[in-house]
Amino acid sequence: MRKRRSVFLYVLLILLGIIMIYPFFFMLSATFKTNEEIFSGIGLIPKSFSFDAFINGWQGIGNNTFGTFLLNSFKIVIPTVLFTIISSVLVGYGFARFHFPLKKIFFGIMIGTLMLPQAVVIVPRYLLFRDFGWLDTYLPFYMPALFATFPFFTFMLVQFMRGIPRELDESAIMDGCNSFTILTKILIPLLKPALFSIGIFQFVWTWNDYFNSLIYINSVDKFSISLGLQLFMDSEGTIAWNEMMAMSFVTILPCVLIFFFAQRYFVEGIATSGLKG
Amino acid sequence: MILLKGGAKDNIIKLFNINFSGLFRFDIQGGDREIMNLVKKEYITKNILKIRTKTNSNKKYQYIGLLFILPWLIGISVLELFPLLYSFYLSFTEYSIINTPKFIGTENYIHMFTSDPEFYNSLKVTFFYVLIAVPLKISFALLVAILLNFNLKGMSLFRTVFYLPSILGGSIAVAILWRFLFAEQGLINGVLSFLNLPTNNWLGNPDTSLLTISLLTVWQFGSSMVLFLAGLKQVPNELYEAARVDGASRIRIFFSITLPLLTPILLFNIIMQMINAFQEFTAAFVITNGGPLYSTYLYGVMLYENAFKFMKMGYASALSWVLFIIILMFTLLLFKSSKQWVFYQDGRND
Repeated sequence: MRKRRSVFLYVLLILLGIIMIYPFFFMLSATFKTNEEIFSGIGLIPKSFSFDAFINGWQGIGNNTFGTFLLNSFKIVIPTVLFTIISSVLVGYGFARFHFPLKKIFFGIMIGTLMLPQAVVIVPRYLLFRDFGWLDTYLPFYMPALFATFPFFTFMLVQFMRGIPRELDESAIMDGCNSFTILTKILIPLLKPALFSIGIFQFVWTWNDYFNSLIYINSVDKFSISLGLQLFMDSEGTIAWNEMMAMSFVTILPCVLIFFFAQRYFVEGIATSGLKG
Repeated sequence: MILLKGGAKDNIIKLFNINFSGLFRFDIQGGDREIMNLVKKEYITKNILKIRTKTNSNKKYQYIGLLFILPWLIGISVLELFPLLYSFYLSFTEYSIINTPKFIGTENYIHMFTSDPEFYNSLKVTFFYVLIAVPLKISFALLVAILLNFNLKGMSLFRTVFYLPSILGGSIAVAILWRFLFAEQGLINGVLSFLNLPTNNWLGNPDTSLLTISLLTVWQFGSSMVLFLAGLKQVPNELYEAARVDGASRIRIFFSITLPLLTPILLFNIIMQMINAFQEFTAAFVITNGGPLYSTYLYGVMLYENAFKFMKMGYASALSWVLFIIILMFTLLLFKSSKQWVFYQDGRND
């Protein structure tokens, strides 16, 4: 009885798993196929392996290869991730460990912004960044990160720090630490996994972000990989799907790699703060 | 938040305070591990003995805390609160980005509700989308989480597979992939004709285009699933044992123990997924660009077009405030209803 149940469970999960993951395999197999072959069957194994789709697709549009777009995406993502980590640690520490006027109200506002629909602040933010002269630069990505406007991460860190007993801080004070060195010497080492978790989440979100690049970046040579991919699709009359899939694959590859090497951080990060997805 | 009264605020804080400690399994290396064990021990004894260290409220203010949260204070004022109020002001103006905003009173709102045919259509499309995508996504997430909770071998592999689309799903590459899969001669139709089922022009047919976009959302059920899974692992084993001793059936146990204990997570998932679904943009914009025949013209796409294509910043602000109010109303409604169906383990069902 028990055995039969688990066989049934496995069959169900395997079927479901195939449905979930097949699109990615199909994407990968399409990159090796010719355009005609792609639409002629549902199988995965191409008749002959050819890397032409990658080579041709990489050329991109005009003078900009996908190398440029990839590099631009890294230029956007890496500082954003670093700034996010630094600012959320500082703010999280402030909320988790200190008693100051209006703390409860501030914390309530922070939780509230977790649920604030971002659609309502997009227009004024755009106008603000325009007045600062930040359009067509990467500052609209860096600055919100530097000023801790990602309440998910701050909240997650507050939760983590609350789990670390204050006695540790107190003994550190006796050893001559001040409130800043408590953070750097005592808490940050203990928070390393959480910081890693924040880093990879922010990496994936910023990497996949489309909307912000769409409204803030206009010069093609500054395009992120999302915009590059979109441009690549729109620029061709008939879409060369094998090249399209090859470049899509290149786009998602960094995230896939991060996901497989660090997936426990995703799972645990999401469970700590209940992030969106 | 400012708009909510105290009680509602507590509810929200409670919503985000769901205890997922069952999932903390971070590996801490070497010396850190020893510290962490000490930390855990101390923490646990303190909790069991209910030893209370001096609470902060007796101490005097530590103003240095304000220094630590300063980046956030600036960020929230300049990048969230000011834009929120400014967009409210802009919603009463006509502002085509080049000239200065011109105050026109409630004209934007009047135009929206009386003479903008796209507005009602887009509302309808968006409601349909939310009503299809959110319940389906959450039911799937719950169902699969229950299956994975049977703790058979290899479950973590399945978890990885089911979670992957959530990580990549928001990217434009996946939107393009979706367009490719559901193309007239794409994989989906290929499979259907292989099974001798009727094929369909999924994205070209206004009757199925929205459904196809919703499926992309449902496909990303992984993150909700992980939350449910964390909740399932939290259910104390004693409860199950006690129920079994009392002779309760499996189904009875599920409905009387598991499901009630999952309701806080269910509420959380519904609220967050709903907020996101109302604002969905990328999928509809990239896959179908709102078409065909405006059948996937989601509110987010309409908002984007008005603001950044037609450059009607005032009207777009008005649209965004209407969306904000709608989302707020639904959120409050869910909170209100939650008193009836959400069960908190600490017994405080306020």
